[in-house]
Amino acid sequence: MNKIPSALNIGIRRGGLEIRQFARQRESVVFTLLFPVILLAIFGSVFKDTIAPGVTFSQYFVAGMIASGLVNTGFQALAITIPMERDVGGLKRLRGTPMPASSYFIGKAILIAVSMLIQIALLFGFGLVFFGVEMPTELSKWLTFTWLVLLGSACSTALGIAFSIVPKSGRGASAVVSPIVIILQFFSGVFFVFTQLPTWMQQLAAIFPLKWLTQGMRSVFLPDSFADQEVAKSWETGRTLLILVLWLVIGVFFSIRKFKWDRD
Amino acid sequence: MNVIEVKGLKKSYGQVHAVRGVDLSIPAGEIFALLGPNGAGKTTTVEILEGFRSRDAGQISILGFDPHSQGYAARQWRDRIGIVLQSAADAGDLTVIETVRHFSRYYSNPRKVDEVMSAVGLEEKSGALIRNLSGGQRRRLDVALGIIGNPELLFLDEPTTGFDPEARRAFWGLIEKMRGNGTTILLTTHYLDEAEALADRVAVINNGLIIETATPAQLGGRATSQAVVSWRDGSQVKSEATDNPTAVVTDLSVHFDGEIPELTVIRPSLEDIYLKMIGGADE
Repeated sequence: MNKIPSALNIGIRRGGLEIRQFARQRESVVFTLLFPVILLAIFGSVFKDTIAPGVTFSQYFVAGMIASGLVNTGFQALAITIPMERDVGGLKRLRGTPMPASSYFIGKAILIAVSMLIQIALLFGFGLVFFGVEMPTELSKWLTFTWLVLLGSACSTALGIAFSIVPKSGRGASAVVSPIVIILQFFSGVFFVFTQLPTWMQQLAAIFPLKWLTQGMRSVFLPDSFADQEVAKSWETGRTLLILVLWLVIGVFFSIRKFKWDRD
Repeated sequence: MNVIEVKGLKKSYGQVHAVRGVDLSIPAGEIFALLGPNGAGKTTTVEILEGFRSRDAGQISILGFDPHSQGYAARQWRDRIGIVLQSAADAGDLTVIETVRHFSRYYSNPRKVDEVMSAVGLEEKSGALIRNLSGGQRRRLDVALGIIGNPELLFLDEPTTGFDPEARRAFWGLIEKMRGNGTTILLTTHYLDEAEALADRVAVINNGLIIETATPAQLGGRATSQAVVSWRDGSQVKSEATDNPTAVVTDLSVHFDGEIPELTVIRPSLEDIYLKMIGGADE
């Protein structure tokens, strides 16, 4: 008698399958992956000013776009598509097989990570060539960037899976999820300079991970002199790490405990 | 040991007592059909046995497991069963063969992908995207995914709804083949002829209780109930209900001196019996 394949083994195969399915939906591939680039093009063309000596708005905006890309690609996409999969009976069918829930989650995490990497590469490419975005040169900044993307992607995936229990149907999911994400983006300093937002908005945003992801990305893409202009006069790297880990734990907890495989 | 052993199964939703004490014993290798009108407790019972719903009371042993098992025990149990649900319309962007192959990786001891593809008659569609399949082809894919794990026990929920008669016959053939492999099958269906063609035993459930369990030929006293003999006598069609149809036919044969015009001898169909049992309440 052979052994049942491990959760990780099945999870990796699910990742491959998720990527294949995603790649075959051409419109959504183009739109999802290029969306941050399109936004960069729009904002980069509208705001030509510098927001601090040597810091263009495009530079500021790239940091915000990567952070909010993590939220769009993970949280938003999953909180909308999982209820759709549930509606058509796909999740219930999976539940009836020996595939463990963790494999399903691993598959989603792989899909989100891969699509995030492609998005970032596109954003870097267009940013460098057309908008004069400068890449960090120090190794330490790239290290920060790496853990921010990995942790941010994991956090966003876990919260997206957890939040998928909220929409009652796949049809209504977008109406529930999208406004939350858009409001969060405005509050978190993705589209505007964070310190120029009203204090109550800043304080509200500080509860959620997007503000911290965005600030973390600024620590990568903006000169260290800019840290003085942050609310805390510092990048608050340690606190960012702590809060992202906390949200990851919350997301994983609710995903495991509350995930819904069936409509009713 | 029975593959399915259920004692005193109960389940309520608020004030509604959906299942009020169901007992079932299904031995290995049997094809067992559960019949009942909508709202009779049929779906609730089956979904509890499939591990999709919790129960309020009762003992259940399926292949020696409790369907409410969690963790690795649940995986070990699911590794040995197959479930074909009413409908699943996901994964439209994958091809048939990709999906079947992928599902085969979930199991310790899967059947060969090619073998399953030909068993359900989808070889020619193996490269087609699922979104492009017809309803009947999709249903056959559902079945392929249900049997790819080489299950000892298969749950079939309304398997041929939406099939044309030819596809239904082909599907019945597939189930007969699985019977040959010793697979135990729990079938729910609205088609009485399907239950009659496939099932070794049928149970009728109504108001959350099993009213009777018997072979299709014996359900509701069918085997011993009166037969109706009818024939043409001149311009009239005559008929007679009788416990002794052979005697009636013999008498008629003497009366007509040989061939009896338009002779039929009819016993009540499974459907007649079933409708009588549930009080004509079906849909």
